[in-house]
Amino acid sequence: MKQEFKIISDFIEKNSRVLDVGCGDGTLMEFLQKNKEIDIRGIEISKVNSQKCVSKGLTVIEGDAEKDLYQFPNSSFDFVILSQTLQAFLNPEIVIQELLRVGKKAIVTVPNFGFWKARLHLLIKGTMPITKNLPDEWYNTPNIHMCTIKDFYKFCHDRDIKLDKALALHNEKSSFINEANLNIKNLSAELGIFLIEK
Amino acid sequence: MNKNINIKSLIIDKPLKLDCGQTINNFPLAYETYGSLNEKKDNAILVFHALTGDQFVSGINPITKKDGWWSYAVGPGKAIDTDKYFVICANVIGGCLGSFGPSNTNSETNKIYGTTFPVITINDMVNAQHNLLEFLKIEKLFAVMGGSMGGMQVLQFVSNFPSKAKIAIPIACTSSHSAQNIAFNELGRQSIMADANWLDGSYANQNKNPDKGLSVARMAAHITYLSKNGLQEKFGRKLQERDDLKFSFDADFQIESYLRYQGSVFVDRFDANSYLYITRAMDYFDLTKEYNGNLSKAFEKTKTKFLLISFTSDWLYPTSENKEIVIALNAIGADVAFVEIESDKGHDSFLLDVPEFLNTLKNYINNSYLKN
Repeated sequence: MKQEFKIISDFIEKNSRVLDVGCGDGTLMEFLQKNKEIDIRGIEISKVNSQKCVSKGLTVIEGDAEKDLYQFPNSSFDFVILSQTLQAFLNPEIVIQELLRVGKKAIVTVPNFGFWKARLHLLIKGTMPITKNLPDEWYNTPNIHMCTIKDFYKFCHDRDIKLDKALALHNEKSSFINEANLNIKNLSAELGIFLIEK
Repeated sequence: MNKNINIKSLIIDKPLKLDCGQTINNFPLAYETYGSLNEKKDNAILVFHALTGDQFVSGINPITKKDGWWSYAVGPGKAIDTDKYFVICANVIGGCLGSFGPSNTNSETNKIYGTTFPVITINDMVNAQHNLLEFLKIEKLFAVMGGSMGGMQVLQFVSNFPSKAKIAIPIACTSSHSAQNIAFNELGRQSIMADANWLDGSYANQNKNPDKGLSVARMAAHITYLSKNGLQEKFGRKLQERDDLKFSFDADFQIESYLRYQGSVFVDRFDANSYLYITRAMDYFDLTKEYNGNLSKAFEKTKTKFLLISFTSDWLYPTSENKEIVIALNAIGADVAFVEIESDKGHDSFLLDVPEFLNTLKNYINNSYLKN
């Protein structure tokens, strides 16, 4: 998802402090470090991935974002990134609250369950959709709280979370999401990328 | 103990005021170095040893003729690569391998100090070792690192000298000795003191040695360095060179024989009074209290980059205690990384061949050095 990384990078201002929540093997952190002069930290739940990150010299702590974000003071980061991880949390609502407490702004990307291929899969085959972005079976998927672009849009709206920017991504092409085109983007995009603040 | 072979020693002439109130002068600090300092003098790593360690980190220890205590991690091509880095390690004060300790002779009384030696702290150990930097003409260390009590010294060092190290790697340690830690140390001390040959600490003046007490102390401590699963897997209920139980108090089980052996070899290389003094220093260690209950304050002034490492089966300095340090560092926005390594080798994991640990350590060190 090169384009996703580029968009995230464009959102982030120079010399800012950034936290990548669920940073995986550190690919995005490395990308951002190379492209921006920023101070970036990460938190990752998997041992293997945390060790990979630390081996690269990245400042990553092994931990569970649902339990361990409390240790970061309020507004201690300019940007907090949550890339394609929200759907894997037990309580995404609390995680979003925490992101917006720890970060002045948060960048959240969500795989769009409203994408037409996912809808068609369910409609035609009658089984849980499996797509390029969501390759797991229902019984072994870590994604327990799937949502659509429209769901997340509404989630923010209902909680007075400010949507600074909302982008839809499909085939590495991005476009803005607004109130007027929300239903179309919700059908045509694989990924939603949101820059939010309280 | 054959003390005078191959021991490098620095006489520290700067008076050192100890936490107990006494000041010590002109005292020896034994040290060893590996690799060489480069022209930029930016490749020096100060390693701090644990309770029963010494300055002989790598290669063959000239006293015991065995591998240095951190041979798995330190040496040419290893995680801490002595082809690249200049590794320094000193025997802590209070120790018994050349540094100022209770087995030294008090020049005023001409007797061995024994328990008249001043009580020392982790802070005192670190302040004494800081003199090595000036002596070796090192403005700033690339790294400070160590496991267990070595990790405590890393924390104290960065707190005392916030601009003297680029990176710090405290491993399997704590910022404050727990009641359980103190309890086990007290068990060891009482075992030494219960030995009739201890003689209130003056055994050396009378050519005696509390071998039994010291070896029991070591046996008890050794158990705390291992894990239940590790012990079970290695020894289980296996019998020692016999087919059946002997209905006696011989070492029927392999684990008994193993512990007895560990105890017996320990007394050949370690001084009982040093064991008392060093365990006391560990028990007194409470960096959190030093900063009025706010551990973050210990690191407020530092730009040092931290990596903390704990082990899943370490119940002596468990992950939760290592994480407290991570939390304190994150609270002030310090640069801190943390991993918990899966291992069933208990607290001793940091000394052993644990590939995930050694690889992570190696790559982190090398990548951090490149980012100079």
